[in-house]
Amino acid sequence: MSHPAAPAAPAAPAARHSDQPRGLASWLTTTDHKRIGLLYFWTALSFFLVGGLEALLIRLQLAQPDGRIVSAETYNQLFTMHGTTMVFLALMPLSASFFNYIVPLQIGARDVAFPRLNAFSYWVFLLGGVFLNASWFVGPLFHAGRLNVAPDGGWFGYVNLTERQFSPGPNIDFWVLGLQILGISSLAAGFNFIVTILNMRAPGLKMMRLPVFSWMTLVTQFLVITAFPVITVALVFLLFDRFFGTHFYLPEAGASPVLWQHLFWLFGHPEVYILILPAMGIVSEVLPTFTRKPLFGYTVVVYSGVLIGFMGWGVWSHHMFSVGLGPIADSVFSATTMLIAVPTGVKIFNWIATLWGGDIRGTTALHFAVGFIAMFIIGGLSGVSHASPPADLQQTDTYYVVAHIHYVLFGGTIFGLFAGMYYWWPKMTGRLLNEPLGKLHFWLTFIGMNLAFFPMHFIGLLGMPRRIYTYSADLGVAGLNLASTIGALLIGVSVLVFLWNILRTRRHGAIAPNDPWGGATLEWSIPSPPPVYNFSVIPTVVGRLTRWKTEFHEPMRDPPAVPPAPIHVPGGSWWPIVAALGLPVLALAPLAHALWLALLGAAIVLFGVYRWAFEPFEV
Amino acid sequence: MPPRQGLRLISITLALSACGGPFPQSTLHPRSDFAVGIDRLFTGIFWWALAVFLLVETVLLITIIRFRHREGTPAPRATHGHTVMEIAWTLAPAVILVFVAVPTVRTIFATAGEAPADALQVDVIGHQWWWEYKYPELGIVTANEMHVPVGKPVRVSITSADVIHAFWAPALGGKRDAIPGQINRIAFRADSVGDYSGQCAEFCGASHANMRLRVLVDSGPAFRAWVERERGGPAPQAAGSLAEQGRQLFARSACIACHTVAGVSRGAIGPSLTHVGGRTTIAAGLFPNDSSHLARWIANAPALKPGSLMTRMAPPLTDADVATLVAYVQSLK
Amino acid sequence: MTHAAVPQHHTSMGLDSRKMAFWAFIGSECLLFSSLISTYLVYKGRSIVGPYPPEILNIPFTSLSTFDLLMSSLTMVLALAAVQRGDMKAGKAWLFATAFLGLLFLGGQVYEFTSFVREGLTLQTNLFGCTFYVLTGTHGAHVTVGVLWLFTLWVRALQGKLGPANALTVEIAGLYWHFVDVVWIVIFTVVYLIQ
Repeated sequence: MSHPAAPAAPAAPAARHSDQPRGLASWLTTTDHKRIGLLYFWTALSFFLVGGLEALLIRLQLAQPDGRIVSAETYNQLFTMHGTTMVFLALMPLSASFFNYIVPLQIGARDVAFPRLNAFSYWVFLLGGVFLNASWFVGPLFHAGRLNVAPDGGWFGYVNLTERQFSPGPNIDFWVLGLQILGISSLAAGFNFIVTILNMRAPGLKMMRLPVFSWMTLVTQFLVITAFPVITVALVFLLFDRFFGTHFYLPEAGASPVLWQHLFWLFGHPEVYILILPAMGIVSEVLPTFTRKPLFGYTVVVYSGVLIGFMGWGVWSHHMFSVGLGPIADSVFSATTMLIAVPTGVKIFNWIATLWGGDIRGTTALHFAVGFIAMFIIGGLSGVSHASPPADLQQTDTYYVVAHIHYVLFGGTIFGLFAGMYYWWPKMTGRLLNEPLGKLHFWLTFIGMNLAFFPMHFIGLLGMPRRIYTYSADLGVAGLNLASTIGALLIGVSVLVFLWNILRTRRHGAIAPNDPWGGATLEWSIPSPPPVYNFSVIPTVVGRLTRWKTEFHEPMRDPPAVPPAPIHVPGGSWWPIVAALGLPVLALAPLAHALWLALLGAAIVLFGVYRWAFEPFEV
Repeated sequence: MPPRQGLRLISITLALSACGGPFPQSTLHPRSDFAVGIDRLFTGIFWWALAVFLLVETVLLITIIRFRHREGTPAPRATHGHTVMEIAWTLAPAVILVFVAVPTVRTIFATAGEAPADALQVDVIGHQWWWEYKYPELGIVTANEMHVPVGKPVRVSITSADVIHAFWAPALGGKRDAIPGQINRIAFRADSVGDYSGQCAEFCGASHANMRLRVLVDSGPAFRAWVERERGGPAPQAAGSLAEQGRQLFARSACIACHTVAGVSRGAIGPSLTHVGGRTTIAAGLFPNDSSHLARWIANAPALKPGSLMTRMAPPLTDADVATLVAYVQSLK
Repeated sequence: MTHAAVPQHHTSMGLDSRKMAFWAFIGSECLLFSSLISTYLVYKGRSIVGPYPPEILNIPFTSLSTFDLLMSSLTMVLALAAVQRGDMKAGKAWLFATAFLGLLFLGGQVYEFTSFVREGLTLQTNLFGCTFYVLTGTHGAHVTVGVLWLFTLWVRALQGKLGPANALTVEIAGLYWHFVDVVWIVIFTVVYLIQ
């Protein structure tokens, strides 16, 4: 069954290819998923640099025993903000930039299901990130006696350290309120992309023909909408304890600080799959393109992603093996954690089988995709050792875990994201990133990353806990720490190379054709960058590898360069950004002890939402 | 120690000796049944992990080298999958994991903190940022340095007076969280006399990095001697000595609000000082117990341990006063 | 809420996108309320000081509130049916009735909370206090949003801007309202009936 795509009776004149709106107002009101994708990208990249700077300061402090680079208070803020920034303001939004830009193209849609909600998600993210990072500078407003009052309770904020009694200042308040704002952004995007992927696919695009990146995006969004409510509740409890004198986590009232850990990790473990699945999806796209072979075991790769999503709900207490849950609980969570290694391993083997027998073109994107596999194997294996509670009792809360998480998050997610950047840069910007510079970026990153994080396995096993601003020379880990710091500095250099590549490409990058790589999926069937309406004619999909010739079908014909009939494209809207602005105002109210701010913030949100609801806006 | 384990230990130690050693907080030198049980388990997992690592990474490496693009390569065969392979590489890891899971569950139950009825009971209470130890059967209250007899079972009950900490002496076993309102137990039997360092392993605030500890495993006679000393009152100060002046200063200063010296003061906010002179370290394992460190610590603790509740006196102590207090503290053996 | 009348496009799953989004939202809200209810259950019986539930909870009164909310679900069904068949007179009446019953429920909650406070149960008193008020308060906040939504629809109907063509918005409001009602049944059972 196929339908023409254009709706009847457009209210606005049809847009022409050249009708890209210009000017600041057009960006503030944009509802175009491509522009929103770019906004996410640049904002997330900026926060990635901030988080990276925080990491460098941490490593400089730890380069020697009894370091004096930063004070204890500042160090505790640095590692808290490094984790919080990287997870919520860098990695998730970088993935979101690809969800936004690429998923509608991969499914043959003109935009997402709810374009204004999409814009709202972005503005809320930006405002949340600014709110959180404002804490670096606003100490004097709180009579703190110092400039920086950034959150300092760790990215995981364990109570009762983060209760008012032990963290009296505004630091944790910024953390709680900032995360609540960011949660709204993620939830809104979650609903949007679930409906988009399920409901807006082009004719012929059955679910089992969906590109793996779009599949993993779908699973990720289901994880988002189920996991974020749990941390929302956990944060509400902490907020109430800190501001309204409740006792949700206070032992003196009979409550348990461990409740926080359960709620946090019920969110936190699905969160790590939220962080890795999109990158796994990217790898699953890049490998077939640059081996000129289909993904080996598509069905298995998709199902294992879905299975990981479900099973990810059953392992949370493996973050709590030292809490004393008892041998039965420890055994159960150990078993479920080991079990989840199986579908994860299956993906790795399928990727290697994709490469096997292929015609491998060593583009930078491919380098990062292969690097992902190599690094994720290491991170996965150290994860297996964590799955054994008695062994974990020596590893948890030491640098061994820091090694594990950075192998999977840097060697995994970040490598995957870089692969996506090099792969989709031409589609998103119309220019190709420079390949030699890209290879340099890759190798510097690869060496730097391994130098920074491999020694941490040993540092941890030799007894250095994590989250300590200094350590004694007696531990004997000074040399390894110095090596790790050098690795971190090398990563810094590699990022500079990447930034240079981006800058250079703006002016001198090779102009990209529709399909620079010979891709099999729909995004390669249209110009780079695509026209505002994406597809001149919504294509009919003939198979998983719809643009390739396969034993099942001829290659699909790409849409014509010019649309046969005018295509209506919705205009922008002010209401998403207006509604979004109400949220930080609302969040300021507890910080400023000002009820009127809460009322004002709520009023702004209500006003924005009402105008949004009654605005004539046709998708 | 079995030869295989020794070989691994030697190779790692050799590899690391270039970076410095010995390693007083290493998890790889187990000195108790608890630690040995963990180490055996980890060794097994390590070898499995190494084998998988070598196999898979080698296959990956061979693949990307062998199949890299060369001119004139024909188009690759479009393989979509292979059911038998999928089953094989699903089952194989699952089987390996069984070899990890079974010893894991065994060790979980073996190290679940059960100790025989005649085990020595030590209560550990974590504070920001020091460790309180009580021996209820022996009537001893001390801090930061725990003494236990070699070869005898010890049951440690761990809790906290404020935030969540974690008690960890790597050579003697894994860590357990110290949670307010909850008691966690570990049990171990140390197998070698020695001095084992550890530190708090759960982020607990400003001076988490400075919350260190020692566990001293004594021979039977040495332990009994320590018990005798600890149960007794504080050592007396010679009349007219600097230490005697220090005692008098101590007794009329704010020190007594926080510290206990049996017969002199009853403070419960800071560590007991009744026998502090006999400890090897001060400030929760931070510094050696010598005059210069004691002097700096007493003069201005927060400068050395950020956030410390042992705030500087106002007006600050004179150097002379500090010297008398140092002498007094050192006399409290 | 009504958008300018948009003929629904073809969708891959045959379900209107707004309805699908709303079901996803309800799924998410289930996790929210599950976390709150689980916390209530985990802390049940652990309050160190009173007042305790049997001393405070007024089952007969709350049963009335529950009945009120159940009836409002009935009026919501009737409202949707009326709007779908174009009977806007009945539609307006039933929409108003639903919103009004919702307001009555909220009034009952306010009365209940203030009398509990007078009897010594506040947010800060004990674990029963904080878990009870945050759970039922969150539910009450959801009811409040629903009442605002329903009154908005009623006003749109009065303005002649609501009809069978955009009955979907009433259907989605109905989904929300029924969900809020179901959550209340669970809360009523877990907190009031099973003690």
